[in-house]
Amino acid sequence: MTGAGFSWNLLTDIREMWSFPFMVNAFRAGAIVAVVAGVMGWFMVLRRQSFAGHTLALAAFPGAAGATLIGISAAYGYFGCCMAAAVVIALATRHRGSAGSRATESALTGVVQAVTLACGLLFVALYRGFLNGTTALLFGSFLGITAGQVVLLAGAGLVVLAAAAVAGRPLLFASVDPGVARAQGIPVGALSAGFLVLLGAAVAETAQITGALLVFALLVMPAATAQRLTLRPLASLVLTAVIGWLVTWAGLFAAFYSPYPIGFYVTSFAFAAYLAAQLAAAARGRARRSPALAGAGVPA
Amino acid sequence: MSILAPPFLQHAFLAGTAIAAACGLAGFFLVLRAQVFTGDALSHVAFTGALAALAAGIDLRLGLFVTTIAVAVGLGVLGTRGRADDVVIGNVFAWVLGIGVFFLTIYTTSRSSSNGTAGISVLFGSIFGLSSGQAVTAAAIGAGIVVVVAAISRPLLFASLDEGVAAARGVPVRALGIGFLAAVGATAAEATQAVGALLLLGLLAAPAATALLLTARPYLGLAISACLAVAEMWAGLGLAFAAPALPPSFAIIAVAAAAYLAVFAGSRLRRRTGSRAVAPATS
Repeated sequence: MTGAGFSWNLLTDIREMWSFPFMVNAFRAGAIVAVVAGVMGWFMVLRRQSFAGHTLALAAFPGAAGATLIGISAAYGYFGCCMAAAVVIALATRHRGSAGSRATESALTGVVQAVTLACGLLFVALYRGFLNGTTALLFGSFLGITAGQVVLLAGAGLVVLAAAAVAGRPLLFASVDPGVARAQGIPVGALSAGFLVLLGAAVAETAQITGALLVFALLVMPAATAQRLTLRPLASLVLTAVIGWLVTWAGLFAAFYSPYPIGFYVTSFAFAAYLAAQLAAAARGRARRSPALAGAGVPA
Repeated sequence: MSILAPPFLQHAFLAGTAIAAACGLAGFFLVLRAQVFTGDALSHVAFTGALAALAAGIDLRLGLFVTTIAVAVGLGVLGTRGRADDVVIGNVFAWVLGIGVFFLTIYTTSRSSSNGTAGISVLFGSIFGLSSGQAVTAAAIGAGIVVVVAAISRPLLFASLDEGVAAARGVPVRALGIGFLAAVGATAAEATQAVGALLLLGLLAAPAATALLLTARPYLGLAISACLAVAEMWAGLGLAFAAPALPPSFAIIAVAAAAYLAVFAGSRLRRRTGSRAVAPATS
């Protein structure tokens, strides 16, 4: 992607970039999906459900390919397939906590993932000749996002965020300590199934911009970074959304002025932020430990 | 299988058998140790390795094996006791995938002679496209992985089922975990050539999960897992040969998933009828 060329005057660059309507749409859509994926990813990381999240994200591929095959709007395919995969995983892993359930749960998630991807391959093979489209489905493309799509993304994103806001407090409680939450009368099982469906909706939305394979980067990386930086729930939730937003916009910016794809930039920026947070946390831990040891003489 | 079968099918059966056996054995331990997500990460890493090799113009298999084994050892070292945290795994492999896209772009734009389908065939495999040399190499490496996993299966089983006791008895739990992950990495690189980086997880997880539903005895389960994987590979190859519209990778995974689904439904049904039979006695 090249405009008139990159200059070190960033304001001029941004003005030039935003003179293209498709770039404005890309920035709007990017901001929406980054915030939605960040918020849902924050709960996903907290609940240690990365594998399920990744599997739901991959369901976007057969969804879009299948929709193209039968000739309906890809948006139906994205939402339908990701949320269907969420329901399957939620139903099959209802009995969490029993002996050996972690092994069966992860095996089952793996099988679901392989089947969805195999179906995607089948749809592509049956459709024939959308080979270039296949890479876009998997790795995303920020070109050709229409204003209508942005409105759809914003609407669906608002629904997901509203549901997350309503269920947020009990979901947080159930995620951190399911045993106590159950004893307090919180419907832990229903919450966890509902969470997976919401996560499915969020990844369906994100996959339309980032592609099925790279949704996971926006889900897990900003959340892991923020949770490393602060332990307070609300602060790290907000930080997650901000980090996701920033890396997505930075990725769009870099991709516009270079021949390399957006997925590469977004994942690299997000990973750099994660590494920085890890180092900062390690340094802070060391700094806190040494004065305590030196001052009071008590082991920390 | 007659002697008259076309050569590409013979190659596919030769390589497929060894690959499936390796996947069945390694996958059994992967499921037993609840490390399927690590297998998932390694399979995606295989994509980056293959594309890096293609972009650099070297043998694809070199890139595959070096990358997957290096990342496997890295994940093992990062985690405690040779098991990595799933958030760490997620961050690492999301980034590695991003690098894979970078190499894909370099490869498709810079090499004018390249075929545009290389990325797709790395992702989804091309077992019917193996040459006889490739098939023999794949079979030899697959057999090597089978021997290695079988050799470490006794201590690995001990360490997987009861890590604390195994460590107390002097089993090198951490080294075993890392060595096992390296074997999984090699398996992933190997299986990428058959069913592709995206689908090999099915070959790792489905036969093993089916075997674990069928029996609680570990060695029997290990044997069932390997045999099931090979049988599913053969059935899938046969199906894809009989119905050319089906891509072979899809056929293999579909057969494996169907077998798992059947056994899963069967075990649920048995448990339900079992509990119904018990219910009148207890109430």
